[in-house]
Amino acid sequence: MNEYNLNESYITNIKEKSVLSTKDLQVYYGDNHAIFDANLSFPRHEITALIGASGCGKSTFLRCLNRMNDKIARVEGEISYRDVNINSSKINVYEVRKHIGMVFQRPNPFAKSIRENITFALKNAGITKKNDLDERLEQSLKGAALWDEVKDDLNKSALALSGGQQQRLCIARSIAMRPDILLLDEPASALDPISTSKIEETLKTLSKDYSIIIVTHNLQQASRISDYTAFLHLGHIIEYNSTVNVFTNPHMQATEDYVSGNFG
Amino acid sequence: MNAKKIDRIASGVIYALVATVVILLIAILGYILFNGVPDISWSFLTSAAQSFSAGGGIRDQLFNSLYLLVLTIIVSLPIGLGAGIYLSEYASDNWFTDLIRTSVEVLSSLPSVVVGLFGYLLFVIKLNLGFSILSGAIALTFFNLPLLTRNIEESLRSVPNLQREAGMSLGLSNWKTTVKIILPAALPGILTGLILSAGRIFGEAAALIYTAGQSAPTVDYGNWNIFSATSFLNPMRPAETLAVHIWKVNTESVTPDAHLISSASSAVLIIVILIFNLGARYLGNKLYNKITATK
Ligand SMILES: Nc1ncnc2c1ncn2[C@@H]1O[C@H](COP(=O)(O)OP(=O)(O)OP(=O)(O)O)[C@@H](O)[C@H]1O
Ligand SMILES: [Mg+2]
Repeated sequence: MNEYNLNESYITNIKEKSVLSTKDLQVYYGDNHAIFDANLSFPRHEITALIGASGCGKSTFLRCLNRMNDKIARVEGEISYRDVNINSSKINVYEVRKHIGMVFQRPNPFAKSIRENITFALKNAGITKKNDLDERLEQSLKGAALWDEVKDDLNKSALALSGGQQQRLCIARSIAMRPDILLLDEPASALDPISTSKIEETLKTLSKDYSIIIVTHNLQQASRISDYTAFLHLGHIIEYNSTVNVFTNPHMQATEDYVSGNFG
Repeated sequence: MNAKKIDRIASGVIYALVATVVILLIAILGYILFNGVPDISWSFLTSAAQSFSAGGGIRDQLFNSLYLLVLTIIVSLPIGLGAGIYLSEYASDNWFTDLIRTSVEVLSSLPSVVVGLFGYLLFVIKLNLGFSILSGAIALTFFNLPLLTRNIEESLRSVPNLQREAGMSLGLSNWKTTVKIILPAALPGILTGLILSAGRIFGEAAALIYTAGQSAPTVDYGNWNIFSATSFLNPMRPAETLAVHIWKVNTESVTPDAHLISSASSAVLIIVILIFNLGARYLGNKLYNKITATK
């Protein structure tokens, strides 16, 4: 593998309003230092992609943002959301996760009906009126481009759906909570090209109302859908810029090698 | 020798071994059912046992077995659930949980006659509970709890971690995720384990001889006051179960039809246990389909 200076980086300031930002974020798995001094600011109502080679820390970084690394890793530094440091032990993590939703690499619908997959967490959050639930059910399924395919059998098991449909159901389940931010960890990597492009379209549309942060291995995908891109290498954020610039005018050698396929 | 030949020999050996197991099972079941079923009659099931004359039934023993089973499950299920949930969802891996797991394992390998004698010394003698359904139920709880806990823990563990992450990422607490997502998904496995353990409890004799006792006093099935000495629900009365009855009839009975009684009782015991086993499969599948909403 080529050697790069990990202490040099090129990080631009975003033009848009920031929805979430990290300051000097460090992550440790026991003695293993996995993320070094991450300083990033994510734009509101845009899509930001996190790219980088396998094992560079993309998932680790993403999972810090809604405290999914609690009990798994030690996370130091600040994560600011609405002027509050949510990486503090005083914060109610369950509340945080209602505002910052997450979709995982492998679809993980509950072993319940399609309807209950959506309404379950809503009921838990105190929404109990049938009208409200039905409205959110329809809206979220439409938002995730799944409504037309399932509207006639909402009481069917979610496990009977195809992988791509299940993943869109998981997206719907997240947006039904009306979060501010949606985190996605390689949401399309287990899916066929048709399902993938459906998910991409869905995300594009959702970015009008949601701030989206997506980890992806697929560089075309990053360049197709994202507005900003962060490139990570060995736990360091090497470059952060508008996606166009990262792909056509990279400032760091490592970034250039990675996006042009000459890496390693 | 080529691979194909080796393969054929290996399959042959495996088939032979499987066939041995199946034949053994069929032979035992066949023998018991063949000898016992012709002697089962309605009056056999519904009349009291006789000490000296022929024609006694197993009404009280059958009821005692079922009553003990219900009591044991009422006592052991909450404890088993609590321990299983703790071990699978909350405990981190350290010396303490290792200790719990080892204890559970040791407890599960104790011979039931040892559990029975321990129950005799502690509950019957020391705590003065006497030969009673209660002593028997506690002894059976000791006997049942390790495997039940193990089964519940394993069933919960077999639910993929992705499900826990899904719950967490939607802002559900650990407890809510466990109770509303993980537990329902594990329920078919837990139910199957529970019913299978019910079969073991139902057929247990050694742990009960010295705890629930070997006598079946005449009780009044119309008396619902559990504190009354003659009530069929009184947990402080001695209660010979079906399995203990079979043992006793075979060892010290003086009734002329002892052989008939023991074959018929054995057949009843086996049939009930078979019903438990087949029921476990059926109910487990049914429940899984219902919970996951698959038709
Ligand atoms: N649960 C864990 N416990 C210990 N170490 C971990 C854990 N998860 C990740 N790591 C380590 O942290 C580093 C970053 O892993 P991470 O999963 O964040 O990489 P990634 O960029 O998401 O890789 P991929 O593209 O393969 O998903 C790796 O060295 C990995 O071994
Ligand atoms: Mg990853």
